[in-house]
Amino acid sequence: MTAISDRQKLAYIAAQAADARVNVELETEGMILNMGPQHPVTHGTLRIVARLDGEQVISADPVMGYMHRGYEKLVEVRTYPQVTTLINRIDWLGSFANEVPFILAAEQLMEIEAPPRAQWIRTILFELSRISNITLFLGDMAAQLGALTPLFFAFRDREFVLNQIEAVTGGRFHPNFDRIGGIKDDLPKGWLAETKSAMVKMRSFCDEMELLVLGSEIFEARARGVGVIPADVGLQYGLSGANIRASGVDWDIRRDNNIGLAYDQIDWKVWTHTDGDSFARFWVRLQEVREATHMVDQLCDGLPKGPIMAKVPRIIKVPAGEAYVATENPLGEMGYYIVSKGDLTPFRVRIRTASFNNVSIAPWILRGVYVPDIVTILASLYFILGDIDR
Amino acid sequence: MILGQLAFWQETTIKVLLAAIVVPTGAAIAVYLFLFKLISFMQSRLGPMEAGPHGTLQLVAEVGKWLQKEDIIPDKADKFLFKVPPFIVLATTFLLFVVIPAGPNAVVSSLPVGIFYVLAVSSISVIGTLVAGWASANKYAFMGGLRAAGQLIAYELPMVLAVIGVVIQAGTLNLQEIVYQQTNGSIFGFDFIGNPYILTQFVGFVIFMIAVQAELGQTPFDMPVAESEVIGGYMVEYTGIRFLVFFLSEFAAAVGFSAIAATLFLGGWSLPGAWDIPRTAMHFIGPIVILTKAMVLTGVIFWVRFSMPRLREDQLQRMAWKFLIPVSLLNITITAILKVAL
Amino acid sequence: MPAPKIPGFLKGLGVTARTAKETMFPDGLKNPVPHPTKGAVTVQYPHAKEEPTPRSRGVISLQEDNCTSCMLCARECPDWCIYIEGHKTLAPPRREGGKPRSVNKLDRFDIDYSLCMYCGICVEVCPFEALYWSPEYEYSEMRIADLLHDKERLGQWFETVPDFEAHEAGAEVKQKPVSRKGAK
Repeated sequence: MTAISDRQKLAYIAAQAADARVNVELETEGMILNMGPQHPVTHGTLRIVARLDGEQVISADPVMGYMHRGYEKLVEVRTYPQVTTLINRIDWLGSFANEVPFILAAEQLMEIEAPPRAQWIRTILFELSRISNITLFLGDMAAQLGALTPLFFAFRDREFVLNQIEAVTGGRFHPNFDRIGGIKDDLPKGWLAETKSAMVKMRSFCDEMELLVLGSEIFEARARGVGVIPADVGLQYGLSGANIRASGVDWDIRRDNNIGLAYDQIDWKVWTHTDGDSFARFWVRLQEVREATHMVDQLCDGLPKGPIMAKVPRIIKVPAGEAYVATENPLGEMGYYIVSKGDLTPFRVRIRTASFNNVSIAPWILRGVYVPDIVTILASLYFILGDIDR
Repeated sequence: MILGQLAFWQETTIKVLLAAIVVPTGAAIAVYLFLFKLISFMQSRLGPMEAGPHGTLQLVAEVGKWLQKEDIIPDKADKFLFKVPPFIVLATTFLLFVVIPAGPNAVVSSLPVGIFYVLAVSSISVIGTLVAGWASANKYAFMGGLRAAGQLIAYELPMVLAVIGVVIQAGTLNLQEIVYQQTNGSIFGFDFIGNPYILTQFVGFVIFMIAVQAELGQTPFDMPVAESEVIGGYMVEYTGIRFLVFFLSEFAAAVGFSAIAATLFLGGWSLPGAWDIPRTAMHFIGPIVILTKAMVLTGVIFWVRFSMPRLREDQLQRMAWKFLIPVSLLNITITAILKVAL
Repeated sequence: MPAPKIPGFLKGLGVTARTAKETMFPDGLKNPVPHPTKGAVTVQYPHAKEEPTPRSRGVISLQEDNCTSCMLCARECPDWCIYIEGHKTLAPPRREGGKPRSVNKLDRFDIDYSLCMYCGICVEVCPFEALYWSPEYEYSEMRIADLLHDKERLGQWFETVPDFEAHEAGAEVKQKPVSRKGAK
């Protein structure tokens, strides 16, 4: 599986050293290039202050906060259903996935468990959000690298998944469907069959991406060996999700620390890669989308009958206490740490988002790369600004 | 022509007017067919549909939009140098069309050094790009300009070397002569399709098309205007008429280079001589034939453009210097040996 | 000898060419006339429109007869975009000789769609089934102030509310009908 040989690693290091020698001799200080906050590649309002020497980066620092909306303050004065509405908008592409860890943490404090049918439907919607989010990533990373066409294929085929989410919840991007104790409403008639045919289309999209992007020698030349993150460095920086799985760390919260969702009842596999470069991150996410389509098929087949809501009082007052639940969101590990004092509103909610940590590795990894590689690496780390800044 | 001998100034005026009409029209057709429609169909969408039936008048709407925009020059830009590059690029594009023959007599000037002139003139546009990048007083533009300079100069060489094979085989630099050689030639005595040089010079053709892709700055070689990195590259500060000139000359150059490639490799305006089409008919059929062939090749250029990611600068250079140039030198050697031997 | 491997980028070119062909000739090559309007996925709005799903959250409509001005929706809205004003009146007694009942009469029920987050908490929380979702979405205005829909307009949206769909097999939730006659 490893495509970078030792010889190539040595050659890369030798080239860096040669460049460094030339830089010292010419004593060029470096030009400061400000990428963003308005830039096509920074997925939103991220600003990267890069000090360049010709086309090579001497140092690059991300400046975050241009999109800070004050979530953790906003939720201190809103009731739990209102908070569920707001947190949809943190990672705006991974629609349903934002609500799940919060609801699970509140359920933990209230000591309520959602009935099995609700858990399975939650898992289906969770995986559908993952498919729609990562599909956009696949098209987007190819577009950052210059191929315009995969982006449109991604948008075209994502519509099938978004239509399914809309048919159940009423909203494509902000479903607001999870409730403490279960979900809001049951599935409409015919939804399971439609979802399975949407999964067939997503699988053919994955095949197209493999042909068009993964198989392209140009993409391989741009992404192999670029932005290698060793596993220990990744873990130190708090990377999560496909980013560390691409560096070889076999960790997936869905398998290892599953709370309240139906992952332990279906048959699926965690994909890892040993290289840790941008190509590996793209590859792992592509396999994850395929795996998610198979998981949705199994979930649709095995959906248990039953109620969708446990016995929950009308006015929700969560008992005093603290709870932290993290789930494997499309972007990585997302967790909510709720501190409740027994009121209608939470006392404090700390939102641990995946993208914040994923981007924190930028200064380390962007040293010494070329300007086009900044784009490749940032695209492959896949962050969403709403997730970083909250 | 039919009007008998015209004075030099009358002939020149007619040729200038024709060129002034043909070049933008060719660019407009290329823009509509390929930028609006081909890429849309490749992406399962429709492209512009509202302006005119099926969006045929979209370019007119776009031209009108650009013409009425405010003329913005950045504060720190060098005013004179900022205004000049669009015209350099436009001028070199028009100069390209001077030697392209579109019929037995339809050529602005049938220079004896035809193809050499084309290659020389296409190098001048590099100056326009570089000056645009420098004069914009914008770091992104500057980087785009430098990348453009490196790339365009590097890919001049494979283009020249690819053409030399054709020149050796034809024995002349004059484009009309090359067309006649292909029309009246034969392949081992079989002359149904004449002797288009694409068959014998296939390697040269591929190298020429790759080099043209790089000269035009199209993906996979669009580092100078890499939209996701340096946004507009050297064009980022240009708006309104100046941007319109850059945009149209990019497409006009694509059509021009495709016409050159069609002339060198596909037989230009002529249909094979064995078909015995009278010469007077060719005066009318010729332009249509060369236009069709040029549009086909332009379609290939844009098909590749919209399907592939872009190469990094150093990978670009490596490909040019370490792969294209040795292969084209090999091509020349083999052509020369075979020309002498056969 | 194994067949020579086609380079990846050529396969990529094949993918785009195939998509172009599928867009231009959606019925296959039997029909040589290209028909891209049929083959492309684009829906040419406003000439053609997509049908949103019945549960799609387009606009909130008011069934005025059911509303008792309990203010639950205005209180629970995360954005505080519902404005309600009402007063108490006396209604005739139900039976002869009884005393008059005091009922709430709704004076003003406005939803400000420039603030509304389309979350649906108001619809869910209403105990009297006075608010319903409708999939209508074409109500853009030139002025932001026109996005404040008053009682009459919200009542007009009620015409477009679809019936609730049947549920999938295995569901235990009973589907309630939309209270169209508005009987109290």
